[in-house]
Amino acid sequence: MIAIAFLMLFLASITGYLVNRQAALAIRSGGTRLHSLAGFHGLYSLLLIMVPALLLILLWLVLQPVVIERMVMNGLPAGTLEGLDSGAVQLIQAEIRSIAGGRVFGTPDPWKLEAAERMNSLQGRAGWLLLTVLTGLMAAALVFSRSRVSAEFRARQGVERIVLGLMLSCAVVAIFVTVGIVLSLVFESLRFFSMVPVTEFLFGTRWEPQMPIRADQVAAEGAFGWIPVLLGTLVITVVAITISVPIGLMSAIYLNEFASTRFRAVAKPILEILAGIPTVVYGFFAILTVAPALRAAGAALGIPVAPNTALAAGGVMAIMLIPFISSFADDALAAVPRSLRDGSLALGATRSETVTKVLFPAAIPGIAGGVLLAVSRAIGETMIVVMAAGLMASMTINPLDSVTTITVQIVTLLVGDTEFDSPKTLAAFALGLMLFLVTLAINILALRIVRKYRELYD
Amino acid sequence: MTQTDLPADLQSRGHDWASPRARANVARRRRSETVLRVVGLGAILLAFLMLGILLWTLISQGSLAFRQTHITLNVPVAAEHVDPADPAKGNYRRVIAAAMSETFPEADTTEQRALSKILSNQAQFVVRDKVVADPGLIGNEVRIRVPVSDPYDQLAKGQVDTTSAAETRRLSDVEIANFRALEEQGLISKPLNWALVTANDSRFPELAGLKGAIVGSAYALLICFLISFPLGIGAAIYLEEFAPRNRLSDVIEVNINNLAAVPSIVFGLLALAVFLGWFGMPRGAPFVGGLTLALMTLPTIIIAARNALKAVPPSIREAALGVGASKQQVVFGHVLPLAMPGILTGTIIGLAQALGETAPLLLIGMNAFVTSTPATPFDASTALPTQIFIWADSPERGFTSRTSAAILVLLGFLVMMNALAIFLRNRFERRW
Amino acid sequence: MMNVMTRTEAEVGAGEQIKVEARDVNVFYGDKQAIRDVSVDILDRTVTAFIGPSGCGKSTFLRCINRMNDTIDSSRVSGLITLDGQDIYARDLDPVQLRARVGMVFQKPNPFPKSIYDNVAYGPRIHGLVRDKAETDAVVERALRDAALWDEVRDRLQEPGTSLSGGQQQRLCIARAVATQPEVLLMDEPCSALDPIATAQVEELIDALRQEFSVVIVTHSMQQAARVSQKTAFFHLGNLVEFGDTDDIFTRPKDPRTESYISGRIG
Repeated sequence: MIAIAFLMLFLASITGYLVNRQAALAIRSGGTRLHSLAGFHGLYSLLLIMVPALLLILLWLVLQPVVIERMVMNGLPAGTLEGLDSGAVQLIQAEIRSIAGGRVFGTPDPWKLEAAERMNSLQGRAGWLLLTVLTGLMAAALVFSRSRVSAEFRARQGVERIVLGLMLSCAVVAIFVTVGIVLSLVFESLRFFSMVPVTEFLFGTRWEPQMPIRADQVAAEGAFGWIPVLLGTLVITVVAITISVPIGLMSAIYLNEFASTRFRAVAKPILEILAGIPTVVYGFFAILTVAPALRAAGAALGIPVAPNTALAAGGVMAIMLIPFISSFADDALAAVPRSLRDGSLALGATRSETVTKVLFPAAIPGIAGGVLLAVSRAIGETMIVVMAAGLMASMTINPLDSVTTITVQIVTLLVGDTEFDSPKTLAAFALGLMLFLVTLAINILALRIVRKYRELYD
Repeated sequence: MTQTDLPADLQSRGHDWASPRARANVARRRRSETVLRVVGLGAILLAFLMLGILLWTLISQGSLAFRQTHITLNVPVAAEHVDPADPAKGNYRRVIAAAMSETFPEADTTEQRALSKILSNQAQFVVRDKVVADPGLIGNEVRIRVPVSDPYDQLAKGQVDTTSAAETRRLSDVEIANFRALEEQGLISKPLNWALVTANDSRFPELAGLKGAIVGSAYALLICFLISFPLGIGAAIYLEEFAPRNRLSDVIEVNINNLAAVPSIVFGLLALAVFLGWFGMPRGAPFVGGLTLALMTLPTIIIAARNALKAVPPSIREAALGVGASKQQVVFGHVLPLAMPGILTGTIIGLAQALGETAPLLLIGMNAFVTSTPATPFDASTALPTQIFIWADSPERGFTSRTSAAILVLLGFLVMMNALAIFLRNRFERRW
Repeated sequence: MMNVMTRTEAEVGAGEQIKVEARDVNVFYGDKQAIRDVSVDILDRTVTAFIGPSGCGKSTFLRCINRMNDTIDSSRVSGLITLDGQDIYARDLDPVQLRARVGMVFQKPNPFPKSIYDNVAYGPRIHGLVRDKAETDAVVERALRDAALWDEVRDRLQEPGTSLSGGQQQRLCIARAVATQPEVLLMDEPCSALDPIATAQVEELIDALRQEFSVVIVTHSMQQAARVSQKTAFFHLGNLVEFGDTDDIFTRPKDPRTESYISGRIG
């Protein structure tokens, strides 16, 4: 049905284009000078037909399943859903959907079969309704745009206005994404905070979201204080930053000041490879190589190292961050005006003195911005910690211990079943909201510092 | 200029640069210069070393999975196990057991059961399919070549330490001896493991392949491209060429920069709450994955496209405006074509990032155990990175090497995409 | 060229001591030759001006005298330059020490993003010329006095050097350069970024510095060369065309190219 809708859309647009162009050409061959080229008259019609129709189809696609589902669920025999929690209702919904899709397992209840049939018939009717509405809309657009064709009609301006509007809406999509993120996080978090007090979440020092299975135990179990999770995140971030910043900085200094052009040309792309490796690969590397190596080293030294020590996750994250910090520091050092470098060298400073005493202090704001962005990356990094860090939240700052992070908890809470109204799943959104706010604050600060720094030397 | 408190060697103009003190000072400074140089080089080499270890680990592990141990077996299909009237319902497990007992005539029943385990679980279905296709085979022998099961695959690849204590390994001495006997009969071979890319996921490592994941990733990338590319170009053109200097433009600008730095998992939460929760889109569908990745890739493409547009010199615009073209005619007729190579390069790099992205796909359920290739973007499926995640989580030894192999496949795709981007840049980039 | 040489040698007379001696200096940037066979003698306690149209190589030659050209990868210098008879391109000579002896001031004021005090103390500190705070204070004060800046900044030594006005910044850079007590001070168009009042101050300063240092100044302003220098060298297309007393160059140029340049026909 959707395919037919798109085909109709395509044909109608082409028709509109040809009709209007033909009409415009006819006026011109009649000896009148057109304001706009005939092609623009055609385009005008094409856009006028295509844009609203496309919007209609997309809107329909998004809304149809929701509306139909609701109609089917409301049409169920009275009392079927009584006393069921939302998880069970979702299960029934899924079953009806799969029956409607032709995948029948076992012998479902007759009312489910009935509902599935109803769903199918509704979908069929919705399809026809879409085609009817679409045809009407496109016909109206066609007639209207044809009526506009005249010698004085400014078709080019019309087209350009529509195109400009389209481009503006493309740019506004970016805002919608942010708004969508904020709204969805806030909305789900509010539901969470209606079950768990905000203060408990913000200041609680126990994180035990593993809710018991039976509903009557809710009050007895489950602790949602995010402090230990935050602490774990910070431990891993600190490990990653302490390792990656010196290495990244030193590489940048070497590349900027000492390396020959040829070495630089080879070394920079190789460093960039480290940045291009997907994080799931780093996670695998951490569990396959780094964690066992650390444990063996710990055993050799007689230090107890947890199997999923924060050091492994943090260390591997550091490898990922090296090129990031190095390229930021490289840019910041290169942005220091040549005159300062010359001034220092002309006073008889060595290259190392020039770097450490003049260039580096001058570049600190730029480097600090880069390090902050790296911190925000480390906090938001998911796959490495999901694979290599622990699941249990504990109040420790020992990097040899196992710690958990915000992102690990989000993934563990949400992967698998998603009951949308248990505090367990909603807690993930509250954590997500905190993650978003923290990283956003760091990013804004970092971008501001970096921009100030650029202005300083431009 | 009277200076009373200056030290003697500063009283007069100039210094004795040849004095021992001056020489020692220079020597010290030269040393610290060397130290910094060595430390800097050391830092870079350390990073290279890490990269080297990472790649070496992946290649040494992954190359094991590029070959799969197979066994070639003549299987007698006896009529007692398979009813010629309905060959699909036959007891093929027994058929396989019979074939093994023919190879090892002196084995008793318990040993026979163990012997059957040498073959992959797939073997019975291979025989079944052959018999169903040609029922005339009943009563005759079928020659099959099937993978051996994971422990024996590891043994054949030398990954089992046969000298260690028997309790610590998954194969007993007898089992190892049996397998060695098969090897001596020349029934064991190690062909290239095409199943790695032509088979779907499986519980058994020797059968598991990436086809479903590759198709899933391809669908997701296609959707991601179809959405983010036009949106990204539209937004970039608007912001770069048409946007008035006003609040809205500033907000969009700041917004895009911040969006580029939002952790990927937050996009996963957005997708879970909005696409799955509110719109009821199917779980684990590459379509939803592509949609999510598109939102993440959008800022990257917008920023790359704006830089490409910015690089087109104003003289081109002025020239076209000068002959009376409208602003839009200038942009679409002259500026955009010139900026296209740059935009495409940025887009490919953005898509390469999207291809490796895992976390948001986990949240929308693209980590399910799916044993079929998705037929449409709306079917549940995995993607390459999530498949890697699933396999990395699996306890079987065989999955370790397969995870590495899957990573090598993923890295292969990434290398190809980046190579294409570099090629585009070098081939079409203009220096103004 | 040779007659230029003989003339200078003849002039080296009573009390006039040669500080820097250059013989047949060539400078290449990659394949491009920027300086051809330049020979010149720079006297102690004298201001020598290098003039010529832009791109004539006067700055390039200036940068040879403290080996700043070494910092450009593709540059190559041949010929002989000596400081007090010592080959400055000799293998065992450390450019780091040389630059302490041959200071340099650049076209655009380039104070480090540090305090005024730290700017001036930078050189003495790295070269180990000062041992403690008191010595540093004394050196900084003397350098700032030498640069005629002391009275203006004595109360704000801890403010950033970039907070000064353009002319003050340039004098700060001069103070920074003289703080290591160099023997030669190279100035690469030191007034080109300054307003007339600041220019006058710096020119006055240059004249005062002549009492202690050998000063070489590159300038595109012939008036400035005439005002501050005793010796003038005219460069054209990488060649040293004429070198002699400033008065002679401006009143009785020997070479037709010099004549057309100072009369404004090339430039």
